[in-house]
Amino acid sequence: MHLDLLVLSRIQFAMTIMFHYLFPPLSIGLGAVLVFMEAMYLKTKDPQYEAITRFWTRIFAANFAMGVATGIVMEFEFGTNWAAFSRYVGDVFGSALASEGIFAFFLESGFLAVLVFGWDRVSARFHFLATCMVAMGATFSAIWIVVANSWMQTPRGFHIIGSGLTARAEITDFWAMVFNPSTINRLTHTLIGAYILGAFFVMSISAYYLLKDRHIDFARKSFKTALVFGTVMSLAAGLTGDLNARMIARYQPAKFAVAEGNLHTEKGGTAFGLFGIPDANGERMHYEVAIPGLLSVLMYGDPHKPVPGLDQIPRADRPPVIVPYMSYHVMIFIGTYLVGLSVLACFLWWRGILFQQRWLLWVFVFSVVGPYLANEAGWVTAEVGRQPWIVYGLLRTSEGLSKAVQANQVLGSIVMFMVVYALLFAVWVHVLNDKIGHGPDAPHEPPSTSTTAGGVLAVHAATEDPAGYSLTADSDSWEGSGAEANHQEGRH
Amino acid sequence: MDLNTFWFLLIGVLLIGYAILDGFDLGVGALHLFARSDHDRRVFLNAIGPVWDGNEVWLVTFGGALFAAFPKAYATAFSGFYLAFMFLLCALIFRAVAIEFRSKQEPTIWRSFWDVAFFAASVSSSLLFGIAVGNLILGLPIGADGDFRGQLTDLVRPYALLVGFFNLSMFMMHGSIYLYLKTDGELQQRVRGWIYTTFGVFCSLYAITTIATLQALPGATRNFAHFPWVWGVVVLNVLAIANIPRALHKQAPSYAFFSSSCSIAALVVLFGVAIFPNMIISSLNPAWSLTIYNAASSQKALGLMRNIAFLGLPFVLTYTIAIYWVFRGKVKIEKHSY
Repeated sequence: MHLDLLVLSRIQFAMTIMFHYLFPPLSIGLGAVLVFMEAMYLKTKDPQYEAITRFWTRIFAANFAMGVATGIVMEFEFGTNWAAFSRYVGDVFGSALASEGIFAFFLESGFLAVLVFGWDRVSARFHFLATCMVAMGATFSAIWIVVANSWMQTPRGFHIIGSGLTARAEITDFWAMVFNPSTINRLTHTLIGAYILGAFFVMSISAYYLLKDRHIDFARKSFKTALVFGTVMSLAAGLTGDLNARMIARYQPAKFAVAEGNLHTEKGGTAFGLFGIPDANGERMHYEVAIPGLLSVLMYGDPHKPVPGLDQIPRADRPPVIVPYMSYHVMIFIGTYLVGLSVLACFLWWRGILFQQRWLLWVFVFSVVGPYLANEAGWVTAEVGRQPWIVYGLLRTSEGLSKAVQANQVLGSIVMFMVVYALLFAVWVHVLNDKIGHGPDAPHEPPSTSTTAGGVLAVHAATEDPAGYSLTADSDSWEGSGAEANHQEGRH
Repeated sequence: MDLNTFWFLLIGVLLIGYAILDGFDLGVGALHLFARSDHDRRVFLNAIGPVWDGNEVWLVTFGGALFAAFPKAYATAFSGFYLAFMFLLCALIFRAVAIEFRSKQEPTIWRSFWDVAFFAASVSSSLLFGIAVGNLILGLPIGADGDFRGQLTDLVRPYALLVGFFNLSMFMMHGSIYLYLKTDGELQQRVRGWIYTTFGVFCSLYAITTIATLQALPGATRNFAHFPWVWGVVVLNVLAIANIPRALHKQAPSYAFFSSSCSIAALVVLFGVAIFPNMIISSLNPAWSLTIYNAASSQKALGLMRNIAFLGLPFVLTYTIAIYWVFRGKVKIEKHSY
């Protein structure tokens, strides 16, 4: 492949956005966790909930800083690498970006300060308000950025002024732009993906503590809450994924065809491909395992009605096959895996033997990688599947480039980002590891209690029925240990 | 006032907000290595800790508003300043993570690394902002199609560098006044000395920059004839600058901070007036310059976003003020500190 300006700029954008996208989903997911935990603290006044909230806040803050640092890059890159695109879409796309700045960023960054540093400076209620605002800000951010991106997928609410090189889109209907055909489907699926990551992140760390016999109360409490949330969200992801697929089949048939590996329109019903490797030219599938007629059933409820394949799309407008096919299937496999895992865990919980399955806890420790991969794979499918268009059906990616920039400058910046991001990633893992190693602080115990907080935990762990604890016994004993503290330990 | 002028003003307001707010935390970063003990450095970081992130959002929103209201100017400036922006991005990334991670580990080598990163990133960002402003006043080789026709080296011009260093000195002065407000005891007395030093450098560079502008760039003051009120801004600016040592002498450092904020605002206004109604001046042909009319979005989009701004800005200002109020007072190093 010849490394020209187009290829390099695409590599740079893909690399920086994929690195950036490691952080926002966790901010959204953990934001929801924080709101829940602190609400429980306000309701029960149980100091354990305060300790939990503070622990997740520390991780949230570090994650958020990485998100902000890598997010600025994205905003700049529209102008630096894609100047022609910026001129073309500024009128429409700009209002979504400006809304993100006005409605989301100020909210998040302002109240983040109160969330992280404000524990002793503001009242408990005001602190909770700040937590809600930060979580809301993270969600607003997602809303506006998905609106902007969805407009690139299924543009609406504009008209084209001028022609040729001076052509550009002008907004005619703001709400039609915001609620273009793909916005709602893509937004719900994206947010659910973030919530799943949040849940599995919490379960991963909690499972690790349970395996290491540390912070037992904290870990059980966190794990169960996250498991309920994660199970519901994993199931919801399947539902919204299906809705998304139908939407894409209708509005972006080329993307749908490559994602499904449906390269040639069949005479009868279309098979649903479980696995396969497209050949280099994207003409045929090798080693394909497929369920005959299933795709037709999923789309039309009719096993004999063919789904249009990639051969219906003019050759010049076809996206590459391999990358979206693989990423789409990775997303689906991981989604199925997460549903299976969380349903299994719920079943064992119901049987009262969840926390004795050490192998399962180990599986949960590592399963956090799944949602990370699935979230990335989702973006890859969406973005590569839209090619060769940068704005679907209107502007080709090759036409969106900056003309004032040279390939070697882009190459230089790619090298710079690779070095900086590798360093950042190492630091992030190191700091995260450190915070997880440190764990939550022991909850504030009343001074009248003779044992230290750690002692209470140890005693609590030792008196646990080794044959397994039912849900009620577990939560009873848990609440018993914190009950006295409730009355005596208020917030400063 | 038409919508285009309104957006030019609003972007100016965002730029003023950014320069005043991030100005002091960039300045604190540029002074960071002058603090010798670990404790002092933590005090510095915590002085800006709760607010730097919110301050930087003004830049992000400035970028977003420029993209939305004047997409052609945004596209030309960002692609034209390509490498400069990449350096800026690198600096901003390092700054953000240096603040977040610096105090998370004990080892000296870890802290020293992030201290240097924070300092270097703050200094280079301040310089780059000033160099960008200098270049915009000078004008750039912009072709008929609105694209930049030069090299990175075309941006490294004496006048632009002068504005770069002028900006750095201004932020360092502003940052030292801010630190004076947030520190106490012996450290505060040392910071007081820095204010006088940076104030001296700032005044000298201000005089040199003014002379250079008047001598080399008669076009920069052309608009003063159209807008005579600008002379008022010049006079107020001089008064504000003169008030800084006076306020310090009178033991009223918050007035000094207010004065340096006013001075920054005045300088941004003068910059805006100097280039108005251009956004980016073409040095190749004045007709190819990007103005607030030929580089703007449609009237419909500008009107729409004006409503968005009116809807959002009251909230933004309310919680900006609320956050600063919550974190008022001197810095204390405690459990939640960096």
